[in-house]
Amino acid sequence: MTTASAPRTLYRKLWDSHVIEVVPGAQGEGEESRAALIHVDRHLLHECSTHQSFEALRSNGRSVHRRETHLAVPDHAVSTALDRLSIAQDDGAAGAQVARLASNVAEFDIPYVPLDDARQGIVHVMGPELGFTLPGITLACGDSHTSTHGAFGALAFGIGASDCETVLATNAIVQSRAKTVKVELSGTLGAHVTSKDVALALIGRYGAGFATGCAVEFTGEAVRAMSMAARMTLCNMAIEAGARIGLVAPDETTIDYLRGRPLAPQGEMFEQAAAYWRTLASDPGAEYDRTVALDLDALAPQITWGTNPQDAAPVDGTVPAAPEDAEAARQHAKALAYMGIEAGMPVTDIAVDVVFIGSCTNGRIEDLRAAAAVARGRKVAEGVRALVVPGSMAVRAQAEAEGLDTIFTEAGFDWRMAGCSMCVAMNEDRLAEGERSASTSNRNFEGRQGRGGRTHLMSPAMAAAAAVTGHIADVRTLEEIVA
Amino acid sequence: MKPFESLTSPVLLLRENRIDTDIIYPARFLLIMQREGLGQYFCADRRVDPEGNAIANPIDEAKERGAGILIAGREFGCGSSREQAVWTIKDFGITCVIAESFGEIFQANCLRNGVLPIVFDPATLEELAAFGKDGELSVDLVARTITAGEKVIDFEISDNARERLLKGWDETGMIQSRWGTAISTFEEGQRAAQPWLYEPLAI
Repeated sequence: MTTASAPRTLYRKLWDSHVIEVVPGAQGEGEESRAALIHVDRHLLHECSTHQSFEALRSNGRSVHRRETHLAVPDHAVSTALDRLSIAQDDGAAGAQVARLASNVAEFDIPYVPLDDARQGIVHVMGPELGFTLPGITLACGDSHTSTHGAFGALAFGIGASDCETVLATNAIVQSRAKTVKVELSGTLGAHVTSKDVALALIGRYGAGFATGCAVEFTGEAVRAMSMAARMTLCNMAIEAGARIGLVAPDETTIDYLRGRPLAPQGEMFEQAAAYWRTLASDPGAEYDRTVALDLDALAPQITWGTNPQDAAPVDGTVPAAPEDAEAARQHAKALAYMGIEAGMPVTDIAVDVVFIGSCTNGRIEDLRAAAAVARGRKVAEGVRALVVPGSMAVRAQAEAEGLDTIFTEAGFDWRMAGCSMCVAMNEDRLAEGERSASTSNRNFEGRQGRGGRTHLMSPAMAAAAAVTGHIADVRTLEEIVA
Repeated sequence: MKPFESLTSPVLLLRENRIDTDIIYPARFLLIMQREGLGQYFCADRRVDPEGNAIANPIDEAKERGAGILIAGREFGCGSSREQAVWTIKDFGITCVIAESFGEIFQANCLRNGVLPIVFDPATLEELAAFGKDGELSVDLVARTITAGEKVIDFEISDNARERLLKGWDETGMIQSRWGTAISTFEEGQRAAQPWLYEPLAI
């Protein structure tokens, strides 16, 4: 049993402060069970993973325990076309799913941001923007990239539709206390190298399963220097290392970001909350189950060449040769065949058909600024289809206020409305069989962006560089990038 | 939820690492709003070509044999939180998945749907797969054993997970009846300590 005075990690503090009751009988511990009923403070809902949750509430005659702890928005299946409001009503299956969400939230009186609202956006972009996401809370959502919110020092995790129903009815869930991984990031990021590159490099080095089921805390001066957007990208990608949770300790950057957000506490209440948030950082001497390290000084922009996020390579490198291990070699060959590329080729020789800039990983205003700095004064290469999908309508409005939309459209990018779009490919934004994308999203799985589609993950600046050159390109070698 | 106690069944072998949720249940089918009848979409892109023609594959072959057990590799079900990945497997007829490791949310979703996830080391997994190629396996959750012919192998599962599967209880109802008061007590304490979490949501 951890005593109150023992140094605790950020994760442990968050866990301890949400345990309602320890549940006996989780294995792997001699005396103390790791399982507990924990309180879920906040819950984000979207149209794609909650229709069965509401159905379960209805069929069991249950009500919502505390309505003001939930916030719903359509994002996954929505069209990103400019005229989407006029087509939404008869937009087939996607429109029906959004309509179902609207009727469900009306029936159960759940706070809702509809498609035509200026605040609509991807759950993991909108939640932080509104100040719904706060440090020190538990936050669940029927989406694996809920780990994003850990950037605020929140215990945030993805759950299935059945667990969404449980959270609606009880604000509680049975979970096991995760093992902890400390990621020590040393050094400083070079120009045009971003937290997306850090995430890909980490997964590339330690493997896509290196943090399976764990809570990963990102630490080091480089993290302290990161904006909230960069931290969110890092925590977002933690799930691609198999982690349940990604975390960054809240600091003044966090607090400054939240001050004045509409759903964050206001006035004196905010200062009271901030005082609590400042106590959450891991104590000196707190122990982690595992520590991994990455030095950022020499880190190059990264891209993925295969169908697993660990298939990362520096942009100045080559598609790697087959590994020695027989099973790994088989997977390597399978990935190359699917991707239609060959070992040993410089990654910059890979030509792309489509460029996608957006998603809960890289759809924030900082991301669009980085992409626009590359796009400014350039043209999308012939034959390349390039789309920019803001993570939220607020991001879109901010970008337009800064003139980024003009930069993009003059360069030949398609400037879209907010949604998950080609990251999950549930709407019309998807790759055709064999098409190849440079994508700022999070998953390069087979078929992720459309059946037979080939995905190369990278940062927004790198994706913009691919758009204007027609192939994967080292953004650092492009001249005159004007931010 | 239907309880899981034991199962004797032929085996579907998908001996690959990282069969992710996009392979198990491609995202375009997430537009379907029912949870029943999803088995036809299980690993759809490996069973039907883009023109809609059936492809010879081990999955449909195992379906004909009545496979109720799936043996995979490492990180089975990694990726998204879509519970459809479990609904499709269950509707396909599989109620026990054996792997070297699981995507964590997928594993949690299994327990909510009466699907037993079992983790084994690679050597034992290979042994079971070799036997399961032609033979049936017997899984006994009460005894926590798998029987492959003459051989009986113990498996590990937490008491909590085991009880949930054996009883097949309704998790939400169970939490409400067992912990309803504890939740209220917790919330009173949290309201006092962090009142900002109890302000009306100005949306």
